Amino acid sequence: MSLLEVQNLAVRFGDHTAVADVSLTLERGERFGIIGESGSGKTLTALAITGLLPESAVMAGAIRIDDNPIPSDERAMARLRGKRIGIVFQEPMTALNPLMPIGEQIGEAIRLSDIGGVEHIELPLLLGEVGLENRHAQRFPHQLSGGQRQRAMIAMALASQPDILIADEPTSALDLITQRLVLDLIAELCTRRKMALLFISHDLKSVAALCSRVAVMHDGRFVEVGKTRTVFGEPREAYTKLLVAAAEFKTPLRDRQPIGETLLEVRGLTRDYRQGGLLFGRKKPLRAVDSVCFSIGQAESVALVGPSGCGKSTLARMIVGLDNASGGQMALSGQTYHGRDLPTGLRRDVSLVFQDPFGSFDPHLTIGQSLAEPLRLEQGLSLDQQNTRLIEAVQAVGLDPQMMGRHPHAFSGGQRQRLAIARALVTRPKLVVLDEPVSALDMSVRADVLALLAQLQAEFGLTYLIISHDLDMVRAIADRVMVMDAGKIVETGEPNQLFAAPQHALTRELVEARLPELV
Amino acid sequence: MRGALRHPSLVLGLTASGLFAVLALVSLVWTPYAIADIDIGRRFLGPSLNHWFGTDNLGRDMVSLIMSGTLTSFVVAALAVGIGAGVGVPLGLAAAAWGGVVEWAVLRLSDFVFAFPAIIVAILITTLFGPSAINAILAIGIFNIPVFARVARGGALSIKTLDFVAAARLAGLGNWAIAFRHLLPNIASLIIVQGTIQLSLGILAEAGLSYIGLGTQPPATSLGLLLRDAQSLFLLHPSLSLVPGLAIVIIVVALNLAGDGLRDAIDPRLKQQGGTGVAS
Repeated sequence: MSLLEVQNLAVRFGDHTAVADVSLTLERGERFGIIGESGSGKTLTALAITGLLPESAVMAGAIRIDDNPIPSDERAMARLRGKRIGIVFQEPMTALNPLMPIGEQIGEAIRLSDIGGVEHIELPLLLGEVGLENRHAQRFPHQLSGGQRQRAMIAMALASQPDILIADEPTSALDLITQRLVLDLIAELCTRRKMALLFISHDLKSVAALCSRVAVMHDGRFVEVGKTRTVFGEPREAYTKLLVAAAEFKTPLRDRQPIGETLLEVRGLTRDYRQGGLLFGRKKPLRAVDSVCFSIGQAESVALVGPSGCGKSTLARMIVGLDNASGGQMALSGQTYHGRDLPTGLRRDVSLVFQDPFGSFDPHLTIGQSLAEPLRLEQGLSLDQQNTRLIEAVQAVGLDPQMMGRHPHAFSGGQRQRLAIARALVTRPKLVVLDEPVSALDMSVRADVLALLAQLQAEFGLTYLIISHDLDMVRAIADRVMVMDAGKIVETGEPNQLFAAPQHALTRELVEARLPELV
Repeated sequence: MRGALRHPSLVLGLTASGLFAVLALVSLVWTPYAIADIDIGRRFLGPSLNHWFGTDNLGRDMVSLIMSGTLTSFVVAALAVGIGAGVGVPLGLAAAAWGGVVEWAVLRLSDFVFAFPAIIVAILITTLFGPSAINAILAIGIFNIPVFARVARGGALSIKTLDFVAAARLAGLGNWAIAFRHLLPNIASLIIVQGTIQLSLGILAEAGLSYIGLGTQPPATSLGLLLRDAQSLFLLHPSLSLVPGLAIVIIVVALNLAGDGLRDAIDPRLKQQGGTGVAS
C-alpha cells in the first residue's frame, strides 16, 4: 500500500490539456522529485494532489492517499490537507499573511491541525526545528529575510505532523547560499520525521541532491521516471539528455581574440543612496557601491558575482551610464566619465542586456522598432544601412529577420533574450554588460544562450562584464571572476583557481553552497 | 470583439451611451420640431403621438429638447475631457519622466486645483466673463486636468521601472521621447477608461452648472437647463422634470458601465490578475 498514489491524472482548461497521463506512487519516507520547465504542468500536478486546482480546471484520474481516494468535498479535503499534507510554496512573501506575526501564523496551523498540540509548547519546538529563534515569532513577514520566511513556511507545513511534504520550487526565490541551507533543512526534516517528500523544481541539481526518484515532465506528461542516478546518469529520452547537458553548462571552446589593452577602467567608484526624508529623519546614506576599482581588457570576459543586494546591479547601471556615481570615476577607451555624463559618441560602445526578457521590450512596439532604437546613436546611417544592421544582428543571434515585424508577446523567453542580445549588438559595441543574462530563462534554453554569447564573443571580439550569482555559469564563460560583498570587491581571480581555493569568507560560502554535480 | 462580449457591462454601457450619442448627433440635422419653436397654444400637452414626451411651458416638443440638450451635454463634457486629457496627460507624463522638482510642482499644482470644485471655478469664470457653455467647458476642463495628470503619472511610474525604458535611455532617448514613445502608448488604456468616467462626471457637472444658471444659456438648451426650467412646475407637471432627469441618469449610468467594462477588458494589470496564473 503506497502512501500516495496518482493514476492517470489529467488536468484540462477548456480544450487545452495541461496535464495528461501522470501516474506516480510515493512510499512512506520516500523523496520524489518532479523536474520540468515553466508551463510543463508540474505545479498543476501538485495543486491537483492537494485539491487546490483553480475552478476553471477539470480534473480526471484517481488520487489516493493510503488507498482512500481524496475527497471531492472541499471541507473534507481541507481537513485532509491540514492533517496529512504539508505544502511549501515558491514565494514565501505572498504565501504568508503580511499583517500577522509569523508566530501567530504558525500557531494557527498548530490549532487547526487537531492533533491536540498545545500552542505555547509546540511553537518553540517547531521554530527550533526549522532553525528560527523564539524572538522571530513576533516578527512580521517583511521583517524576515527570504530564507527565514521560507523557514517559517516550512514550520507551518510541519505543524500538523504531515506524512507528505509537497514543496513547489521552495528555493527559486532565494539566493545561492540560502538555497543550500533550505534544501539541507528539508532533507534533514524528511529524514528525522520520516516524511515523504514531493519536490517540484526546474533545477536538476537541487532535485538530484534531495530526491531518490525523479520524474521528468514536459508538456504535461512524464517523459522519464526512475531512480535519480539512472535518469540523470544515463538519460534515455532526448529531452532528459537536453536538460542534463544544459545543467552542466558545457560551452564549446572557441578560438578567441587574445585579451587586448584596457577597455574599461573603474577607479574608486562609489554610489550613495540618500535615506529618509528631505529634511527630517534623514539617516546615514546607504553606500551601495564602495570605492570599487578594477579594469577590463579588450575581448576579456569578466564576471561579477555576489549575493543579492551587494551592489552589483548598481555598479552595472553606472558603467552603462544609467546612474551617476557619487564618487570616483570610470574611463572607457581612455575617456573619463561618471555615469550619465557618458559622452554620446561613446554610448554606442557600451550596451546592456537585461535580466528579465519579458520587461525589456515595449509591448506596443514591433521587435524591429525596438531593435532599431539604439541606432539613433549612430549618426548618418541611411535607412538601408540601418536595415542591414538590424538583419545582421538578428541573424547573428540565430533568428529569422522576418520576425522583426512581430510584437514581443509572440516570442518565447529564450527568443526574447536572443533578441535582447541582438539589440545590444546593433551598434556594434565594444563592451556588453550582461545582467544575469540567463537566470530568468528555462534550463534547456540557458545553455543555448550561453553558447550564443561565447560564439558572438569569438566572432566580434566583444568584451563582456557578466553579472551573475550562478557559479556554474560563471565558470563556463568567464576569464576572470570578481566577488562582490556589501559594495566592495573582495576577491578577484581566475574561476578555476578562485573556486578551488577561495580566500574570502563570502567566496568560501558561495563555493560551499554549490550543489554537488549531477552524477 | 470576442473579448468584449465577455464583459456584458461593457456591451450594455457602450450600446446605451452610443444610442444617446446618435440621438444627439441627429439633432444637429433634424429634430421632430424646431427647439426655438415657441407655441403657447400647445403648452403642457401630455404624451401623444405627435409629442411623445409632451411639450413644455413654452409649447416646445420635449423629444426635440432632450435630443438637443443631450448634444450640448455631450459636447460640453467631451470638450472638457479633451482639455483635461490634453493638458493633464502631458503634465503627468512629465512628472513621471523627469521626477524631482517637476514632479513636485505638478503634484502641488494638481492639489491646488483639486481644492476648487468645478462649481467654484465656474462661479469665478462667470463673474469674470458672464455665463455661457464655453465657461462651463473651461471650468469642467480645468477640474479634469489634475485627474488625468494623476492617472497618467501613476501609470507611467509603474511602466517606467520596466527594463525597456532603461533600454531606451541607453539608446539616447530624452525624457520627452521616452514619455511619448514608450510611456504614453502603455498607459493609453488607463487614459481611455478614465476619459469615459470623466465624461460621465462632466455631463453631471454640466447639468449642475446649467441648473444654477452658470452654464448653457437659452435659447440653446441642455439637460441641466431643462431641469431648471421645469423646477418651478414640478408639482404641476412632474414629467417635465422626470424626462430630462431620467435622461441624465441613464447616460451617466451607461457611461460608468462602459468605463468599468473597458477597464476590465483592456487594463492589462487587471487582465494579469484575472488570468489563471498557475503556469509556473
